Amino acid sequence: MKAFARAYAAIDETMRTNEKVQAMVEYFKVAEPADAAWAVYFLSGGRPKRLIPVRRLAAWAMEEANVPEWLFAECYDAVGDLAETMSLLLPDASSTVDVPLHRWISERLLPLATQSESEQRASVVKSWRELGGAERFIWNKLITGGFRIGVSQQLVVRALSQVTGVAEGVIAHRLSGTWLPEPRSFVALSAAETEDADVSRPYPFFLAYALEEEVDALGAPDEWQAEWKWDGIRAQVIRRDGRTFIWTRGEELVTDRYPEIAAAADFLPDGTVLDGEIMPWKEGRALPFAQLQRRIGRKSLGGSILSEVPVVLIAYDLLEREGRDVRAEPLARRRELLEGTISAARTTVFVPSPRVAFASWDEARAMYARSREELAEGLMLKRHDSAYGVGRRKGGWWKWKVQPFTVDAVMIYAQAGHGRRASLHTDYTFAVWDDGALVPFAKAYSGLTDKEIRELDRWIRANTVEKFGPVRHVKPVHVFELGFEGIQPSPRHKSGVAVRFPRILRWRTDKRPEDADTLATLRGLMSDAGVIPSEAPKALVIPSGGPKGRSRGIALLPEEGGHPESPGEGSSLSRPRALSRDDEDPSLRSG
Amino acid sequence: MTLLRLAAQGLYCEAGDFYIDPWQGVERAVITHAHGDHARWGSARYLCSREGESVLRTRLGPSATIRAVNWGEAVDVNGVRVSLHPAGHILGSAQIRVEYRGEVWVASGDYKTDPDPTCTPFELVRCDTFITESTFGLPVYRWTPDAEVFDDIQRWWRANREHGRTSVLFGYALGKAQRLLAGLADADIGPVYTHGAVERLNRDYRRGGVRLAETQYASGMPARHDFAGSLVVAPPSAAGSTWMRRFGQISTGFASGWMRVRGMRRRRAIDRGFVLSDHVDWPSLLAAVEATGAGRVWVTHGTREPLVRWLTERGIEARAIASQWKGEEDTDPVEVAGEEISA
Repeated sequence: MKAFARAYAAIDETMRTNEKVQAMVEYFKVAEPADAAWAVYFLSGGRPKRLIPVRRLAAWAMEEANVPEWLFAECYDAVGDLAETMSLLLPDASSTVDVPLHRWISERLLPLATQSESEQRASVVKSWRELGGAERFIWNKLITGGFRIGVSQQLVVRALSQVTGVAEGVIAHRLSGTWLPEPRSFVALSAAETEDADVSRPYPFFLAYALEEEVDALGAPDEWQAEWKWDGIRAQVIRRDGRTFIWTRGEELVTDRYPEIAAAADFLPDGTVLDGEIMPWKEGRALPFAQLQRRIGRKSLGGSILSEVPVVLIAYDLLEREGRDVRAEPLARRRELLEGTISAARTTVFVPSPRVAFASWDEARAMYARSREELAEGLMLKRHDSAYGVGRRKGGWWKWKVQPFTVDAVMIYAQAGHGRRASLHTDYTFAVWDDGALVPFAKAYSGLTDKEIRELDRWIRANTVEKFGPVRHVKPVHVFELGFEGIQPSPRHKSGVAVRFPRILRWRTDKRPEDADTLATLRGLMSDAGVIPSEAPKALVIPSGGPKGRSRGIALLPEEGGHPESPGEGSSLSRPRALSRDDEDPSLRSG
Repeated sequence: MTLLRLAAQGLYCEAGDFYIDPWQGVERAVITHAHGDHARWGSARYLCSREGESVLRTRLGPSATIRAVNWGEAVDVNGVRVSLHPAGHILGSAQIRVEYRGEVWVASGDYKTDPDPTCTPFELVRCDTFITESTFGLPVYRWTPDAEVFDDIQRWWRANREHGRTSVLFGYALGKAQRLLAGLADADIGPVYTHGAVERLNRDYRRGGVRLAETQYASGMPARHDFAGSLVVAPPSAAGSTWMRRFGQISTGFASGWMRVRGMRRRRAIDRGFVLSDHVDWPSLLAAVEATGAGRVWVTHGTREPLVRWLTERGIEARAIASQWKGEEDTDPVEVAGEEISA
């Protein structure tokens, strides 16, 4: 554990990507495979299923530290991280032992899942008393999940590639799917042989950057293919050895969730991997994303939901054909193979992503302007000669997204941020007018410059009307233009609407609070988006670990717009989410 | 009417007609220490400790009228007995003991009870009312022993030297910088350079008999001088300035109590945080308050409410006072004392 704590500190204490990678390289070089396997798992964002409710964990820490709850809450507010708050408050360790990381995990961490509350408590408290400051922090992080030290799976892959001499793409492939943190899995990462046995393994998704320049800068229009950018769930459908696997971009195995697609995959030849978007689709047209959300998170899919919200795979690409990796072939060739494969399967569930014809960039712009009518988020532009790469690369693929919905709203609550932004108020709640009152409807975290954040922070401190724990109710003065990707009815919110991926676009210092928009405006947007308010779903579950995956277990106020935890499923270990969770950042959702 | 009270210009003693650390110019100012939020220009007469006279002079300039007194030496100010006692914060930092008609108040200014080779250690002064800072008034703030911190700093410096990097260590120009240099006086890793704001105050410390590591003024070095492997001590305000360019490949460190919290370091984009504070941590703060025997405690700058609640729940009459003192600022890296002294 000490070696891992040192590696953690070395990664954490530099802001430079190369030095972070270097620190991982140093660790992987000397670590036992059993330890290294777990390090890979955790550094790439893997986390055990919630082992202990954080509220309970915090209560034990309060007792051990002899700190009352109100004072613990003040400390948490100042520190901004639960695992760290507990580490800082607990008394210094009485004895420090150095047990390897993998034994901490196999002997202490994983057993927590099946222990009674009193056994859990005894085990956790014993660990606290045995671990020094840095290791105790890591231990708490292991329990609560999520390191967040500026390391993505991509960086872990780079470090592993440097240590093993195996190409990054191969490492990334080997890590995807159901990679288990076992010594032999770690050793297998460095194997020279690249024909890996795991039939379920997806390829790393190729992602596009957002187009920021004028589209004309891309050169000759005839070198490019355009498709609608669909707002569904990006997924790979794998057919190998007579078995089917459906993986999402969040690297979740969802084969059972989409029985229509799984059934159709029986008609694909062995050794086929399709990349596409799972879309709610009826009578040749897309349904709004909100409809798909009715299916997500349901434990059982009854017959009615399957007929109300059928799905298809809008297929973008073919990655594997007849067992051969064809990602390096040019897009034009892959497209040809894709169409051939799908037509041979004779199914309507796989739909080659419709290509949008255009002869000039002006025509492309005209099509782009129609995106909302098609229920698309814009266009994807891909060079005909582009390979299917790994991760996010510039050049061959671009996403050209339509502007989000926007409203002007008034800030009414503020809360300090977390991690880097603890002690600055960076989390804001916004409201719109309804019948002379301000109704909160969205929380947004990003979109302001550091300078604006500091300025607003000073204003917030000076204009607090009331404090509820860490939440400050501020004077309704400042108007912000918020952008969001989608809107739908929600009985869980006071406003009756839920918006997707809200973010601050601009601080409207030119507007007075009375100039802000109204709830009626939001309802109007909802009907524009094809969601009819009266058809509110009974229970809306947004698949997510909460905003930014925060372990905000002891928040003193219910969070407006907070998301419920996704229901657990499958094994006690969930997949690393390092290539970003779908809910974290709208720009990562698709494409 | 209490013996001391908060007036527009600062903490005021009506019976003696003087202020303690006023934030505006007044007739008579008693100064706890020379940091900019406590020692401001514009007062007609200043009273400070003998130990702190030189740094206060450096700060206020040659024209200020300063009277210095020895530790514990009683001064009669309009019938009020005033004496200064070491606060252990920085060179010459004092607690102000005010006695009038048998009632004793102590305004502690900024203080710490841990040992520090650069100043006289904190002296416990019993009183009826204690005015305490609470810069780090939360139990998450608990300091590690100096020796461990200095070992860490030396290891960091040595590793940087091995990688050909310059170690740039930020610390407040008055107090923290000298404490760092005193702690590194025997470290023989490489040359130590300083920012002008630090170097100027080093002279006052050395004159006061404090042993510091040998230093050179960085701006005094010839152009293109190679700083690789050396240590540079600079105020936090130098971070990100063009002055930093001369050092080539650097690793940055910051010595402050705030570095106890990871988010604070990350928000500043500092590579290494060293937990070294010139203020009391939570356990020392509680111990100091208790040891004074005070039945009434006023809490000034910092995280005041939790401390007030904690003390109130233990039967002490405590309340928060809205001073303009800042302690160790977390929101603004500008070092108050060093700022006006050009680099």
